[in-house]
Amino acid sequence: MLPYLSVEYGNPSGAHRRARAARKAIDDAREVVAMALGAAPSDIVFTSGGTESDNLAVLGVHDRLGGTLVCSAIEHHAVLEPVLSRSGQIVPVHPSGVVDLGALESILDAGSVTGSAQHGVSAVSVMLVNNETGLVQPVDEVASIVHRLAPGALVHTDAVQAAPSLDVSAQAADADLVSISAHKFGGPKGVGALVVRPAAATALAARAVGGGQERERRGGTHNVAGIVAMAEALRITVERRDAANRQVGKLRDRLEAGLVAAVAGTILTCAGGRGTPAMCGTDRAGPRRSAGHCHVCFEGVESEALLYLLEEHGVYASAGSSCASGAMEPSHVLTAMGVPRSLAFGSVRFSLGYSSTESDVVRALEVVAPAVEQLRAAASP
Amino acid sequence: MKVLVAMSGGVDSSVAAAMALDAGHEVSGVTMKLWGGESDSGCCSVADVEDARRVAQQLGIDFHVFNFGDDFAEHVVAPYVAAWAGGSTPNPCVECNRHLKFDRLLRRADALGFDAVATGHHARIARQPDGHLRLARSVDRAKDQSYVLYMLDQVALSRILLPIGDLTKAEVRNRAAELGLRIAAKPDSQDVCFITSTGGRRAFLSERVELKQGTLRSSSGEALGSIDGLQLVTVGQRKGLGLSGNREPMYAVDVDVTGGFVTVGPASELTCREVILDQVTWAHRPFEGDVIAQTSAHGSVRRGVVEVIGPGRAPPDPSSRPRAGGLAGAGVVRLRWLEPETRVATGQSIALYCGDTVLGGGVVT
Repeated sequence: MLPYLSVEYGNPSGAHRRARAARKAIDDAREVVAMALGAAPSDIVFTSGGTESDNLAVLGVHDRLGGTLVCSAIEHHAVLEPVLSRSGQIVPVHPSGVVDLGALESILDAGSVTGSAQHGVSAVSVMLVNNETGLVQPVDEVASIVHRLAPGALVHTDAVQAAPSLDVSAQAADADLVSISAHKFGGPKGVGALVVRPAAATALAARAVGGGQERERRGGTHNVAGIVAMAEALRITVERRDAANRQVGKLRDRLEAGLVAAVAGTILTCAGGRGTPAMCGTDRAGPRRSAGHCHVCFEGVESEALLYLLEEHGVYASAGSSCASGAMEPSHVLTAMGVPRSLAFGSVRFSLGYSSTESDVVRALEVVAPAVEQLRAAASP
Repeated sequence: MKVLVAMSGGVDSSVAAAMALDAGHEVSGVTMKLWGGESDSGCCSVADVEDARRVAQQLGIDFHVFNFGDDFAEHVVAPYVAAWAGGSTPNPCVECNRHLKFDRLLRRADALGFDAVATGHHARIARQPDGHLRLARSVDRAKDQSYVLYMLDQVALSRILLPIGDLTKAEVRNRAAELGLRIAAKPDSQDVCFITSTGGRRAFLSERVELKQGTLRSSSGEALGSIDGLQLVTVGQRKGLGLSGNREPMYAVDVDVTGGFVTVGPASELTCREVILDQVTWAHRPFEGDVIAQTSAHGSVRRGVVEVIGPGRAPPDPSSRPRAGGLAGAGVVRLRWLEPETRVATGQSIALYCGDTVLGGGVVT
């Protein structure tokens, strides 16, 4: 990407030689991204990241088609907020953390009976992997239900969290719109893409209009260096994905088993806060999870305090979601799964990736148990 | 020492952080996220958190945000609403100090291994020859905030630093300017942080309490008018009663929500000889005798005599750390005024002093 921040500074929308060099870089990147996502190059719209991709998919469809937007209760806020802002409908999830397909059918049934074309369901958005729990959602089944009960409606999937570990080209093959974001797979922050398959091509209104870039689906000068870097990161991710998954999954399972063994009151976050490794898919049973996610609740501990202590010892984890001020809120995902509020306040997500090592896991296990003990001791009178 | 500084994004707590750093402490900053609703003043807004974070960055200290929203709702907002609904006039800033800043945050700091919590209050803590800690007014008498700290006992005082107590407000602002802090000229926060200046108390309470129509009566029972939003009336209030046509200024003397009326009367009826304080806590040990009493954050002081009359009720929150004073069997006191004084609304706090030293305080019943 570096040449495009220095010598190759051409604007791909221009007409001269320097511009054409940048244009070629974008076109090359588009082919790489399309190949990785199982789409045609003309289906790829480059954006500024996951939020813009999600917004463009959901609001873009609503601006063009109107109707009712539907999404699951565990979507990222980049989908949830736009859907709620258009008075959309929310599909609940099972305590397991997986979207309730029966409830989706009911919503679509009701829509097709009572709704005219104008008020019927125009888009259904269900993410491929939840960013907090790592649980894989049945997007293929969602698509087949939507195509059966609401044939005019489009299916969007937020594959931002899925891209590092899942074969998006296969798993999201039935979705009409697919969002990704580069920083989730080692690319730079502030760049992403939306797949717009032909079925959705005429159903999408641009959100940013002006220069007509990206076939008038997203105006604005291209982030050339970012796009080039994203394509390269995605290429490498796909190439190494299977090997990385095996390695990361093994480390995750080791971390999880270690936490359960070393820290009393460790609960894996699935099954409404009653999770066991089997229920959460560690043993390859139950719902499938992406390899890099370890999401747990520690009973009687506030994650806000725990993260502070972990950070002091060089272990960076996260919890819930951060609001504008930086304060942690209990996550809407755990609430939707029926995890009690008190337990949700003790939730922590450990993320592992291709660069994680065995010694990282050992270190984390060394640090977590005494930190939890310290906080529990302080809380008891 | 390892010191956690409560930073609101204002000039006082920012300079407190800088001074704790100068004193050689290992300093981290924290902003408490307390209120998720609408706010345009006080110390809860995102803009204030951004100010606090930026100051922490400029000082080169670690910065965190702790979400104590549930505790704030339970210990400050709900009692605030309940008090107004019952005809009392609560002081939420005192309750926030009692339950959030000097309880919840202190316990969190304890758990995380901090030796002390520092705040930007204008007041002083000094160790006395006998070893106990004395809480005293700021050197800047006009900006003194010891009133809102009256609930601190020896246990709490031993864990608290007040780095700017020896500075005047002008000196604090100068210090902030010298350090190049962007908040050096920021105005002081004045209002209750969860009440917006546009909607005010009425808008906030009308969403949470069924405001009643009430009658205005003289002390002899004569009906003098009616009032919309009976629960919003506070003792001593003159404006907004619709009685401005009277020859003599008329004041609210008592609010009876159950009975549905406000007793009004001339200034002569607004005075009283004594007041009973509940939930009394003591900075050091229970006290009886001559005191100076302060009845509001920046109010004038009065003279009176304190007499302990009962053990008081159990602390409202059994889970919170027990306070030395509250357990010392002196939870209710009678405060007799040397001269007849203007009534203080129930729910308001009164802080008791001997000279510049805080003895303790309680809530008017």
